[in-house]
Amino acid sequence: MSRIVVHGLEKSYGDARVLERVNVTAEAGEFLSLVGASGCGKSTFLRILLGQEQQSGGVVVVDDGPIVPEPTPQRGIVFQRYSVFPHLTALQNLLLVEDFRSGGPFGRVFGARRRNARQVAEAMLERVGLAHARDLYPASLSGGMQQRLAIAQTLLGRPQILLLDEPFGALDPGIRVEMHELLTELWTEHGMTVVMVTHDIGEAFKLGTRVLVFDKVRHDPQFPSAYGATITYDLKLDRKNRASSLEVAKVAAMVGTARPDSAIATTASQRRP
Amino acid sequence: MNAVSKAGGEGTHSSPPRPKVRLRMINAKVSRGGALFLGGLPFLFVAIAYLIASAQRLAVNPSDKLLPSPVQMWSAFLDLATVPDKRSGDLILWVDTYASLVRLFAGVGVATLVALSLGIAIGFIPRVRAFLLPFVTVVCVIPPLALLPILFIALGLGETAKITLIAIGVAPVMVRDIANRVMELPSELVAKAQTLGGNSWTMILRLVLPQVMPRLITCVRLALGPAWLFLIAAEAIASTEGLGYRIFLVRRYLSMDVILPYVAWITLLAVITDWLLVRLSQAMSPWAHPVEAK
Repeated sequence: MSRIVVHGLEKSYGDARVLERVNVTAEAGEFLSLVGASGCGKSTFLRILLGQEQQSGGVVVVDDGPIVPEPTPQRGIVFQRYSVFPHLTALQNLLLVEDFRSGGPFGRVFGARRRNARQVAEAMLERVGLAHARDLYPASLSGGMQQRLAIAQTLLGRPQILLLDEPFGALDPGIRVEMHELLTELWTEHGMTVVMVTHDIGEAFKLGTRVLVFDKVRHDPQFPSAYGATITYDLKLDRKNRASSLEVAKVAAMVGTARPDSAIATTASQRRP
Repeated sequence: MNAVSKAGGEGTHSSPPRPKVRLRMINAKVSRGGALFLGGLPFLFVAIAYLIASAQRLAVNPSDKLLPSPVQMWSAFLDLATVPDKRSGDLILWVDTYASLVRLFAGVGVATLVALSLGIAIGFIPRVRAFLLPFVTVVCVIPPLALLPILFIALGLGETAKITLIAIGVAPVMVRDIANRVMELPSELVAKAQTLGGNSWTMILRLVLPQVMPRLITCVRLALGPAWLFLIAAEAIASTEGLGYRIFLVRRYLSMDVILPYVAWITLLAVITDWLLVRLSQAMSPWAHPVEAK
C-alpha cells in the first residue's frame, strides 16, 4: 500500500562501511525478498527502513515524505527472536495492539471498545490457528506458534509496510512451509508492501515478487571494510510462473550458498502429507 | 553421597529397576526427601554443637550466662512476649518488633519507589540517563553508615533519621540494578512496541513496568539484608525501643538468654518476609516463573 524509494543509501559504523550506493524502488504491494551472505548489511537495510537505525547518507522516501527516523505504526516488523512480549498471554499480546493504538494515557482500552478489541483479537487468533493457546504465555508456545502470534500481532497494527527479519529462520522445515502458506494468504488479503530478509534462497523465490541480492562490488584487500554492500542483482518474479531452477542456482551462487540443490528443492516444495 | 543415591532410589517401586550406574557428582539428582534431609543437617549440627557446649558450661557453673540452656532462653523470650514490663506496662517483644518493622518497611518502601521511578527513567530515557547516572553511581559508593552521624545531626534522633538511613543505604544500588535491567530489555521489543503505536509513557506502563517487576522484587529481597543491618545500627545508637535497641541494651547485662532468641526472632522475620516476596513475585509475574506456574 506504500511505495518505498531508496536513493544513494549509505551506512557506516565508524570506519567500516556496511552499505553503499543502494538504489531501489518498491511499488505498493510488492513482496521484496532480500538475500545475501551473512553480515552483508541486509538486516541493517531493514532496520533503516524500520527507523531503528539511521542512514549515514542518501534518502529513503516512504509514500511522499522522507522516512520518520523512529519506528512508527506505518511500518510493522516481525523479528526472528524476541518477536512477542513474554509477559503477556497470546490474547493479551493481540489486545495490546488496540491498547497502544487508542488506549490513551493508561495504555489500555475499556468497556465496549475492549470487548470489540477482544473479538477482533480472538478472530485473529482463530485465523492463525492459535485459538487453543489464547491464555498461554509465549514461553510455553513453540517457535512456530510464537512466530504466528508475532505475525498476527503485527498485522493487527494494520501496517502499510511489513518488514520481516528472517522470521522463519529458527523454525523446522515442515513448520516453515506452513508459515509460508499463512504469510502468502495474509499478504493476499491485506495487500501491504512486504520487505523480507532471509537466508533461505528457496524461501526468497517462493514468497517474493522480487528478489534482491546484496553483495560487495568493490574490494580493498588492505582494508576489507572500506567498501560496503549494494544491490547487485534485482530479479522480478512472476508469481504464477515459478522462477526457473537456473535462476535460483544463479542467485544461490551469488550468495555463496553451498547447496543450490536444497534451495531449488525449497522453491518447489509441496506440503508433505 | 550414599545418602543421596539411597534417597533417590527409594520412592520408585513401580518403575523397572534402573541399572546401577555411578553418575558423576554433578548429575546425581537429589530427591525431595533427600533435599530436606541434607538441608536440615547444618541446622541440626549447629543445634547439637550448641547444646553440648551449653550443657558442659552449665555443668561447671549453673549460673553461667554465656551459653544459656534452651529452657532458660525460652522462658526469657516468653517473659518478653507475654509479661508486661514493670515500668512501662508494655509487652516488650511486640513493641520492639512493631517499631523495627515499621522503620524497616518504611525505609525499604521509600527506596523501592525511588528505585522504580528513577531506575526506569534512567534506563529508558537517554536524557535522564545522561543527567542522573553519574550522580547515582557516585552516591552508590558512599558508605551509608558514615552518613549516620550527619543524618542524626540534620534530622534529629527520631524516626526520620533511621528511615532515611535505611532508604539511603539501599536505594542507590536498587536504582542502578533496575536501570540496568531496563537497558537490557531487547531492543526488538521496544522497536516492536513503537510500531504498534506505543509512546514513551504507554511503553513504560505496558512494557517496561511489567518486565521489570520480577527484578524489582528480587532487588527488594537482596536489599532487605543491608536494610536490617542499617536498622539495627541506627537503633543501637539512638532509640528507645526496637529489636536492635533491645539487643544492645541487654548486652550490658550479658543477657545471652535474651540476645539469642532475639537474633533467632529477627532471622525468622527476615525469612518470612523473603518467602512472602517470592510468593508475591509468582503471583504478579507468572510468566517469569514458568516452572512454578505449571
